[in-house]
Amino acid sequence: MSYEAVIGLEIHSELKTNTKIFCGCATTFGAEHNTHVCPVCLGLPGVLPVLNKRVLEFAIKAGLALNCHINGFSKFDRKNYYYPDLPKNWQTSQYDLPICEHGYVDIVKSNGEKKRIRITRIHMEEDAGKLVHSGNTIKDSDTSNVDYNRTGVPLIEIVSEPDMSTPEEARLYMEKVKSILQYIDVSNCKMEEGNLRADLNVSIRPRGTDTLGTRTEMKNINSFKAVEEALTYEIERQEEVVEDGGHVVQETRTWDPERGITLSMRTKENANDYRYMPEPDLVPIITTDEEIEAFRKSLPELPDARQARLENEFGLSSYDAGVITSSRQMAEYFDAVVAAGADAKLAANWIMGDLSKNLNAENMSITDSPVEPERLGQMIGLISKGTISSKIAKKVFEEMWKCPDSPEKIVQDKGLVQITDTKAIEEIVDKVIASSQKIVDDYKGGNKKAIGALVGQVMKQSKGKANPQLVNQLLAQKLG
Amino acid sequence: MKVTKKDLETVALLSRLSIPAEKEEQYTQQLSAILDYIDNLSTVNTDEIQPIAHVLPISNVFRDDVVKESLDRDLALSNAPLKDEGYFKVPKILEG
Amino acid sequence: MKLFEQPSHVLHDMLVNNEITSLELTEAILSRIDEVEGDVKAYLTLTRDEAIAQAKAVDEKIARGEKISFLEGIPGAIKDNICTKGVKTTCASKILQNFVPPYSATVVNKLNAENAVILGKTNLDEFAMGGSTENSAYFPTRNPWNTECVPGGSSGGSAAAVAAGTAVWAIGSDTGGSIRQPASFCGVVGMKPTYGRVSRYGLVAYASSLDQIGPITKDVTDCAHILNIIAGHDDMDSTCVNEAVPDYTKALVEDVKGLKLAIPKEYFVDGMDPDVEKAIRDSIKKLEELGAEVVEISLPNTAHAISTYYLIAPAEAATNLERYDGVSYGERADGVDIVDMMTNTRSQYFGEEVKRRIMIGNYALSAGYYDAYYLKALKVRRLVKEDYDKAFEKVDVIVCPTAPSPAYKIGEKIDNPLEMYLQDVCTVPLNLAGLPGISVPCGFSSKGMPIGMQLIGKPLDEATLIRTAYTYEQSQDFHKSRAALGGK
Repeated sequence: MSYEAVIGLEIHSELKTNTKIFCGCATTFGAEHNTHVCPVCLGLPGVLPVLNKRVLEFAIKAGLALNCHINGFSKFDRKNYYYPDLPKNWQTSQYDLPICEHGYVDIVKSNGEKKRIRITRIHMEEDAGKLVHSGNTIKDSDTSNVDYNRTGVPLIEIVSEPDMSTPEEARLYMEKVKSILQYIDVSNCKMEEGNLRADLNVSIRPRGTDTLGTRTEMKNINSFKAVEEALTYEIERQEEVVEDGGHVVQETRTWDPERGITLSMRTKENANDYRYMPEPDLVPIITTDEEIEAFRKSLPELPDARQARLENEFGLSSYDAGVITSSRQMAEYFDAVVAAGADAKLAANWIMGDLSKNLNAENMSITDSPVEPERLGQMIGLISKGTISSKIAKKVFEEMWKCPDSPEKIVQDKGLVQITDTKAIEEIVDKVIASSQKIVDDYKGGNKKAIGALVGQVMKQSKGKANPQLVNQLLAQKLG
Repeated sequence: MKVTKKDLETVALLSRLSIPAEKEEQYTQQLSAILDYIDNLSTVNTDEIQPIAHVLPISNVFRDDVVKESLDRDLALSNAPLKDEGYFKVPKILEG
Repeated sequence: MKLFEQPSHVLHDMLVNNEITSLELTEAILSRIDEVEGDVKAYLTLTRDEAIAQAKAVDEKIARGEKISFLEGIPGAIKDNICTKGVKTTCASKILQNFVPPYSATVVNKLNAENAVILGKTNLDEFAMGGSTENSAYFPTRNPWNTECVPGGSSGGSAAAVAAGTAVWAIGSDTGGSIRQPASFCGVVGMKPTYGRVSRYGLVAYASSLDQIGPITKDVTDCAHILNIIAGHDDMDSTCVNEAVPDYTKALVEDVKGLKLAIPKEYFVDGMDPDVEKAIRDSIKKLEELGAEVVEISLPNTAHAISTYYLIAPAEAATNLERYDGVSYGERADGVDIVDMMTNTRSQYFGEEVKRRIMIGNYALSAGYYDAYYLKALKVRRLVKEDYDKAFEKVDVIVCPTAPSPAYKIGEKIDNPLEMYLQDVCTVPLNLAGLPGISVPCGFSSKGMPIGMQLIGKPLDEATLIRTAYTYEQSQDFHKSRAALGGK
């Protein structure tokens, strides 16, 4: 039988506020353990929470950017469960009146198909502390140590509808959400620091039916690769279970990235009755339509709109515009390259090509690129003017990566100016024709493709500086 | 009896309390008596009534996103039953 | 009268007039403690050295000719569920027997800013759950009027200390009557202000939507002064009202002419002690003679208040007390793993009543019961509140007993939790509605035990309560009676 997966994501994103959600402790990542704590976030007897205004602002912005309705009346609730990283043994969260509901994002799959993923809700909540285990894993540790620095760091939880049916869709959805949160600048989205992590819910059903199978959950997945791999594994596992006549058990499973498998956590049954209740220590949040409109106006251009603009304004392909606008930083880099005088299509090619390749190789973010958008723009300008060829430009780019010189200076210093002098090229062409009788015969015998080998030789002898168009022209002329 | 032995077990688990066998009877009786009394609420018609979580009409109380001094770590750990180099130390964790 | 029998306003004048020093006063109270604390047992912790040091500092200030504030140099006590930085705060629970808060409650900061002399921390029912102070994990406090009787609760230690002269004033907390009922049992004045009038920051939560801090004093004048000190907005408490605090001492006028007082018929319940009923009816007559207009009203949902309270309070308590798990503060029991450790810690260090309420609360919140119990209670809570809203459209103050009986014998009701809960019938409705209430002494039972009259006011209208209570108080001498304590 053929199955399809039903996938829903709960994405947790830490917000980039200065202070925690309910107290004035700093949220800085990487501080010495248990130094960003106070009576409030330690949950000492007698303390009370007071909501950080910026958390609400960021949550509303996220809601608007993710096409949500903002609830004019919202409140906090206590979600009760015992865990040592949760000092009060409840998480202050939102239950029946979250700040945002009913949103969506659109994704474009690799086959070009567009799909809308609905967002059920977005709510505000506090993060838990961190456990440091004495052994390698929680299970081999006789004791654990607790660091409460992260306790109370503000989170939004973005809950999707189970609208995704492949691991690729889940990854694209998460990438899109990350991109939007970065665009509106409410989260650092540093996945390696746990700023952005997802709980994956997945079940399978016979293709073409609309029943819902039993789902499993994998918590705290914090890379796109892991999202795709964990889901791929888990879908196959569930298919095998069902094919073997078994039943999928509703449970939480962990993803082991090293072994590439999911494992049952065998949690105690009946442990999860969260006994939600309204948080009596926090008062309701009332947001007026005027306030919501003001937030809407404050939003920057979002990825979809920006992509459409790049397509319309610069004639970029949908794919290229999608890649360029996938991150705000890349889109801004692109704009700056174009502003420096570069042709937009060439700019897109260079950013998606050599620049991305170099950045990936050195695991660098585009904002830290040693080649600034101004210099890349100037270099592309040199290509357009015919000063250098695209091939030479690669050399210029590598030089720019290593030193802060302008592309003009590099071209001058290294003598990389393209030869556009017909005479000079003609000499080389003649020499090549003279020494490549076999290829010339081949060409004359009807194999028009053989000219490529001759062009290559001319370029080689000119050390890449000959203008390739001229070379082609001259060769064609001389060979008749 | 309103509260069964099973109910008591469930509620004790949710409360992280263990009830010794010899006390089970007493607890089920006391809790049942209290809940029996409380059942008089079921006679009140609340069909059209909105629940009330806060008695005073206060809303939108916020703090500015300004860092305040945290506790000195030694003070933060001063009441810890067990600590280890600036951490709170806890026994083996089974659930994830 | 001896110094320990005097209210704060008399002692303040004596300090200002250099008739006594704060040190003399503090030492007088400390010797009173030496004399009778063994019988009363109001305190869990005494901070003698800090008290003496504070008294000396105030005396130096007076000697320099500086002006002193009302409570400056006057010794009082704080209920042990209010956090005091550097001073053990146990909530009368074994689970916090060694807990020393690294911060102080806002109320404590305000009293410290006033340079009040703090003598120590008073006994209570564990985590304020109870009405007799018998649920203290350490020892029961005794009623100074008859040490075989309970002082009421949960602020029994605070009320008994003021009644016994072992504190001039005290701070209590009131979730379902925990200030007013012990004040009534001990023959002193106790006020629960409007919910949100006084910051709860640092008050160890029992039921967050009901808890409120208030003063317990020898008379209404002291009550007004102390309310002036502790009331007001606090950035640390989201539920604290952000409205100007009037000067409550301006309400200390003998005038109830034109005030409309209401008697709610539902508060004169079956089984009410006849001495209590007579004392209240006589007091209402007195107020009428003094010029108030008295009408009878109905608050029909009063009948459901106890049930509502005993769902909401335990539900909030169940979550509020989840934090006592042996992880980062408080006692820890052994356990093979974290679940075992948490369960053992809570089982070993919580008392019976606390466990009972946690379990009722979790039952009411658990899947399958939430709608029938907790949600239902939130709806009935609105009905209870609306009864008052409606009544206060027509009247200024509601008058009723504080408790259906005077103080009973220690041990008399402790084995029947439900019967104990039913004693709260007159006090819990105010907490559900968030209203201010004051208990003033209004007579004695045939056995010589004090009786309290409860006045209930509109939200944030403590001033009218003070005015009514003061007018009544000045018309008789009950507030000048002092517990005999075997002639000590």
